[in-house]
Amino acid sequence: MNILIKNGHVMDAGQQLDQVKDLYISQGKIAAIGDAPAGFTADHVLDASGKWVLPGLVDLCARLREPGSEYKATLLSELRAAMAGGVTSLACPPDTDPVLDEPGLVEMLKHRAKSHALAHVYPLGAVTRQLQGQLLTEMFALTSAGCVGFSQADAAIVDTQVLWRAFEYAATFGYTLFMRAEDPYLARNGVAHDGEVASRLGLKGIPVAAETIALQTMLHIAQATGVSLHIARVSTAESVALIRQAKQSGMTLTADVSIQHLHLTEMDIGFFDSLTRLTPPVRTQRDRDALRAGLLDGTLDAICSDHTPVDEDGKALPFAEAHPGASALELLLPLTLKWAAQARLSPAQALGKITQAPANILGVPAGNLQVGSSADVVIYDPQVEWRVDSQALVSQGKNTPFMHQPVTGKVAATLTNGVLVFQQEMLHLNN
Amino acid sequence: MYNPQLNAQGQLQHLLSIEGLPRRILTDILDTAENFVSVTEREVKKVPLLRGKTVCNIFFENSTRTRTTFEIAAKRLSADVLNLNVGTSSQSKGETILDTVNNLIAMHADMFVVRHQQSGAAHFIAQHVPPHISVINAGDGRHAHPTQGLLDVFTIRKYKPEMHNLRVAIVGDVLHSRVARSEIHALTTLGVPEIRVIAPRTLLPSGVEKLGVQVFHNMDEGLKDVDVIMMLRLQNERMSGALLPSTQEFFQTFGLTPERLASAKPDAIVMHPGPMNRGVEIDSAVADGKQSVILPQVTYGIAVRMAVMAILGGGNAA
Repeated sequence: MNILIKNGHVMDAGQQLDQVKDLYISQGKIAAIGDAPAGFTADHVLDASGKWVLPGLVDLCARLREPGSEYKATLLSELRAAMAGGVTSLACPPDTDPVLDEPGLVEMLKHRAKSHALAHVYPLGAVTRQLQGQLLTEMFALTSAGCVGFSQADAAIVDTQVLWRAFEYAATFGYTLFMRAEDPYLARNGVAHDGEVASRLGLKGIPVAAETIALQTMLHIAQATGVSLHIARVSTAESVALIRQAKQSGMTLTADVSIQHLHLTEMDIGFFDSLTRLTPPVRTQRDRDALRAGLLDGTLDAICSDHTPVDEDGKALPFAEAHPGASALELLLPLTLKWAAQARLSPAQALGKITQAPANILGVPAGNLQVGSSADVVIYDPQVEWRVDSQALVSQGKNTPFMHQPVTGKVAATLTNGVLVFQQEMLHLNN
Repeated sequence: MYNPQLNAQGQLQHLLSIEGLPRRILTDILDTAENFVSVTEREVKKVPLLRGKTVCNIFFENSTRTRTTFEIAAKRLSADVLNLNVGTSSQSKGETILDTVNNLIAMHADMFVVRHQQSGAAHFIAQHVPPHISVINAGDGRHAHPTQGLLDVFTIRKYKPEMHNLRVAIVGDVLHSRVARSEIHALTTLGVPEIRVIAPRTLLPSGVEKLGVQVFHNMDEGLKDVDVIMMLRLQNERMSGALLPSTQEFFQTFGLTPERLASAKPDAIVMHPGPMNRGVEIDSAVADGKQSVILPQVTYGIAVRMAVMAILGGGNAA
């Protein structure tokens, strides 16, 4: 099957590609950009005039809710949402039920994801069994089963000796740990940033120090053990400063921020809007500005969706009882570009934060349009205006803090392995 | 700014929090309550303002005292009153807060008086009721207890009518106190120029000064020359979270004794939302002393709650 995507504005941060060109796909791979390869005849032509042609996005954190929480979302519903959002590769954290701490579960997930033939799913295995922070998982066996790294999701390893050994053990094999920094004692029962808004609303706060203290511990152990460490979902200005300092001192580590934290602050909680109940909590404008600055100067490497579908009942509760998380796969791309416009960054550069950079962190062959690589391609209409509502979202989780907001730009089509797996009906590609 | 408590005409639709309410609405409630004080002193303590209406007290968190004052207020307005202690019934059977509320809507209740252990619960319920139903927040988590805040400023206005010339101290567990938050908003809205909070650092929320208060950690300094002292209740469970070492030490450092009271102005009044812990936050000699207005607070509480219900119910003349 040969596909020609013609007249699109092709962008690829890795190749510094940023111009209108034709893109040729053959046998599921990128065959050429610009001139047709010898003997190429298109079976299928997609006219991308006025649209952008991008590498499929790579998401460092998307919860698919299977197994265990199928009432919130299913593998199929969320992989379809990923396609609608242009996310063709995603890492899923191990906080499913059961927890991804056994090779069999990982194999099953990989198998089921593959059978849908939508996004490439890269599981992150649990660092400790049941995420309980006590016993290490079989990281070698889990890697053989398909894990690309290890994570504790939102659970902490309280015992610093276990944390140290987990880092040492992972370092033995060169595995990457995807850790979120939060001291569980300082964060206990907290539901919002410990600051002005939480004080006013009478919500139990999570202080900045909860993240700073845990991060300092992790940085110290990472330095001592030499583990490949990725700090997931940074939320504070203090963390950005610490990571910047660590990188300047020569430490190799990477970090990401969620798309929610790049746009929201504690003020968005308003009158207890449970859609803004997130983990970690959204913080102050100062923190948000620091996160944005950290992305610009490379302190933070990538933006993730932190996609967490929650059912309606899970959000129809008083703020503190509402389930945390936001459905975000379908907003990652337009909201990243919105940030880029505000930060006066070219779209091509900004796209690196959701394509090339996360692919490098995961160590997976994705996030670029190199000739010969798998044809995971997104055709994006940068102009179309739409409004976020539950009808517009493919994900089973309609829980987004951006509900009812106007958004510019939408994915017109997504190809995985050279197969057209999603097409937005409104944005017809005259073929 | 959008305020979920007001309708399109700027009238009170729900009473969820003092914060964000314009001064005219607070004054209107206090003036209306003024009229109801005389009703409560009459031999026949009833007016027909809410005749035929059903007021439903939904208490997800038990509180006999607050529920009783709302019940008396509603009955004096001739409303039918329904009491529901959800804490002990439906919720323990797994019914959600919305299920409970929808059931009561189906029974054609006109007004909900809601208490819940979670901050924001009253806002949540107000968002889910049809427009003809009013919600009164009778305490949500640490967030707000607006009728308590109103009855407190009503009491202050009775004894110290020159609100724009007062120095008020709020003493004790501000961190967990919905009463303190409502008091602070009521006082600032009514133009009280100096509000102090006095507490150990473990019992103050972060950034409390952004609410417009001055922070003191020493009773003698904080009480110096104040006109009004508003004590807060210290819950016993505060000891378990390492917030305080003991009630004894709290009394030694932040308890209101006759000696400490002497730092305040000689005619200062002492208030407490009840129930009091004698010997923990307040000395009996002060609680029962001549500067105490703690019992008048309770009496005025009924008039203020009648005023709120009457205004929400559509009539505001006694």
